[in-house]
Amino acid sequence: MSELGLWGIPLAMLGGAIRVSTPYLFVSLGEMITEKSGRINLGLEGVLLIGAVVGFAASIATGSPWLGVLAAGCSGAVLGVLHSYLCSREGVSDIAVGIAIMLFGMGLAFYLGKPYVQPEAPQLPSIELGAFSSDPRVREALRVNGLFFIGLALVPFLSWFMKSTAWGLRLRVVGESAEAARALGYSVEGTRMVACATGAFLGGVGGSFLSLYYPGVWSEGLSSGQGLMAVALVIFARWRPAYCLLASLVYGAAGSLGPALQSAGIEVSHHLLGAAPAALTLSIMIATCSRKVALRGAPRELTFGA
Amino acid sequence: MTVAKSLETTALCKHFGSFKALDDCSLRIHAGSFHALLGENGAGKSTFVKCVIGYQTATRGDVLLDGKRVEFSSPKQAHAAGIGMVYQRFTVVEQMSVAENLVLARDDVPKVIDWKKELRELEAFMDGVPFRLPLRAEVHSLAAGQKQKLEILKQLYLKRSLLFLDEPTSVLTPNEADEVLGLLHAMTQRGELTVLLITHKFRELQQFGDHVSVLRRGMLTGSAKLADVDMKTISSWMIGDERPRSPAPRKALTEKPARLVIDKLAADDDLGVPAVRELTMKVAPGEIVGVAGVSGNGQKELVEVIAGQRLRTGGAIHVGDRDYEPTRKFMRELRISIIPEVPLDNASVAGMSLSENLALRSFDEPPICAGGTFIARKSLRERAGMLSQRFGVRAPSLDAPMRALSGGNVQRAVLARELSREPEVLVVQNPCFGLDMAASAEIRAKLVDARNRGAAVLLLSEDLDELLELSDRLCVMFHGTVVYEGKPGDTPISKIGELMAGGAH
Repeated sequence: MSELGLWGIPLAMLGGAIRVSTPYLFVSLGEMITEKSGRINLGLEGVLLIGAVVGFAASIATGSPWLGVLAAGCSGAVLGVLHSYLCSREGVSDIAVGIAIMLFGMGLAFYLGKPYVQPEAPQLPSIELGAFSSDPRVREALRVNGLFFIGLALVPFLSWFMKSTAWGLRLRVVGESAEAARALGYSVEGTRMVACATGAFLGGVGGSFLSLYYPGVWSEGLSSGQGLMAVALVIFARWRPAYCLLASLVYGAAGSLGPALQSAGIEVSHHLLGAAPAALTLSIMIATCSRKVALRGAPRELTFGA
Repeated sequence: MTVAKSLETTALCKHFGSFKALDDCSLRIHAGSFHALLGENGAGKSTFVKCVIGYQTATRGDVLLDGKRVEFSSPKQAHAAGIGMVYQRFTVVEQMSVAENLVLARDDVPKVIDWKKELRELEAFMDGVPFRLPLRAEVHSLAAGQKQKLEILKQLYLKRSLLFLDEPTSVLTPNEADEVLGLLHAMTQRGELTVLLITHKFRELQQFGDHVSVLRRGMLTGSAKLADVDMKTISSWMIGDERPRSPAPRKALTEKPARLVIDKLAADDDLGVPAVRELTMKVAPGEIVGVAGVSGNGQKELVEVIAGQRLRTGGAIHVGDRDYEPTRKFMRELRISIIPEVPLDNASVAGMSLSENLALRSFDEPPICAGGTFIARKSLRERAGMLSQRFGVRAPSLDAPMRALSGGNVQRAVLARELSREPEVLVVQNPCFGLDMAASAEIRAKLVDARNRGAAVLLLSEDLDELLELSDRLCVMFHGTVVYEGKPGDTPISKIGELMAGGAH
């Protein structure tokens, strides 16, 4: 404390931002892919929890946290396929199905998670970027989990993918104009199915981070609405991967404001600070949305209704 | 370079249950011809094309391409055989660049796209075609004419040798239409392309066609070299013995002070970009002011401001000597009626019944709602029955949901509701869009009736012929403002077309 002074606060926030932002990053990139195809998946909260519990269980069973991550992604993808299949039925609303998937995913995760409340699972490794410093708090802040780097690499990859691959263009066409996609001979529902599954795969990976790195145990209150907030996050990231990263980091920083202040010895109600990401969501929504102006960058096929 | 292909169908049929959308259609399209296919709405033109290119499977009959029998089970197979299709509505993707749209259209989009190489090849391709488009521009920034050119460019890029065009000029100005069709016409003359043009515009037929075929109620009623038939014959093939109504008699105008005054009005579109700019218009009682313009030049926003669906950002609207407020009370007191485009979406509730929709303007006043609280269903239904009969609305029943009605009947129902108030101000947009000749003539007559009764009518339409027939005065709207005002017939159509495209004033 004495050595770093108040610099401890931004430092702790940086560390916290990277840590807390990781699940946001994966879920928002996943949701971005899903929404680019013209479908919205509100069920990611459920996907996140399923990912957390399946990842945790697989990590215990195999002894490898990375296999846990893979299993978590696959379990998410299964829910994604289910969501997409239900949405493709005539007269079905994405929103209603999304909420059903969310509740289903949560219930299933709680059920599957009962035996896992106590044990510990092999955790994901981290990379010590702060090895140069002797200050333990610098080292703590710069201890970055491996999954974050994968997420980081996904950002430029997805930007490139959307622009320079046949699949990326196809995804965008389906999201911008289903009619044009059909005229070009693409299967609209098939493309959405793949997008939804991929998006939910990433959501599941994000979930595994919660149980395999931070906080690193399985509990029912693990996701605390992060899956839902990621949906808002994609909207003000304007469906761009780089903005998803930025928005996730801002969220992460807001989420770690409380612990950071505490570590610096400043006492603020932690319930109040716990609401920081939610307050941020509201204020950004109010600042960026307008009654008069339609959202820029929104895929045209994205419907918020039936 | 491609070589034009010929197409022939023998006894092509498409039945949906007992309904014959296409019946024994035997048509021969010579290689290198510019063949026009005419017919009213629902005559089977689209069905014909869909059956040929494999969107739908024909019930019976054969398709011969260059004399060889072919059977396409999907449009992809038709594409591979060199058959292309240009639709009425654009199938380009608005949020993507011209280059992306072109590459996407290929059947062999590479897994990973090397944009440097693709752009180089596209530049080279552009050098060989008669017009250029900016490759990197996003499509939504292009004008309607350019978008349609992109559709055609796409087909040339794909090296099609037989092209179906489904009313490709409906969103273009006459000059743009001439340019696009002229280009294709030249290609047919060089033997590089065969064109089948679905249209209802006689002008295009006369200018570019060499063969003409007509479908009516799913049957081929005539097919001939254009030089061998006159327009009267073609017209009788099209409408059979149904005589279209002659234009309604018009009362002579008496000079009166303007009833609807729009003064320097401004409004933004959905993206916050100004769509209506300093727009000034006056409409007097007993007058139809027609507003021509290519869609997307602020007409939609103007109607929405008057209907109260959009806030204005500047200027004023007056009705008589009062400031206009788009409230239910004001519109009722001053008898203002609005018939916007796509009335199923914009002027009715698709899930509510026909009788309820007919009462949307009057359900809260006597006799339907005498006490102000309870609705007398009986009186609501009686009124609906009376209106449906008077305006010829044909529906399965008065309780059928609005979305179950055909386009023409939705239009008639909204017209019935809005005109039954004997409006003093009537704002109408594209009232006959997608309707056949008989229904259009009937609706146009109703508008003239309203005018003769003394309504101030503001008619916004993309159909220039309709405007020339109905208007007492004609305005041209471009880029959100009025760029021309005059009497119909004062200015040649080509000049009006130029103004619609933003040409010299």
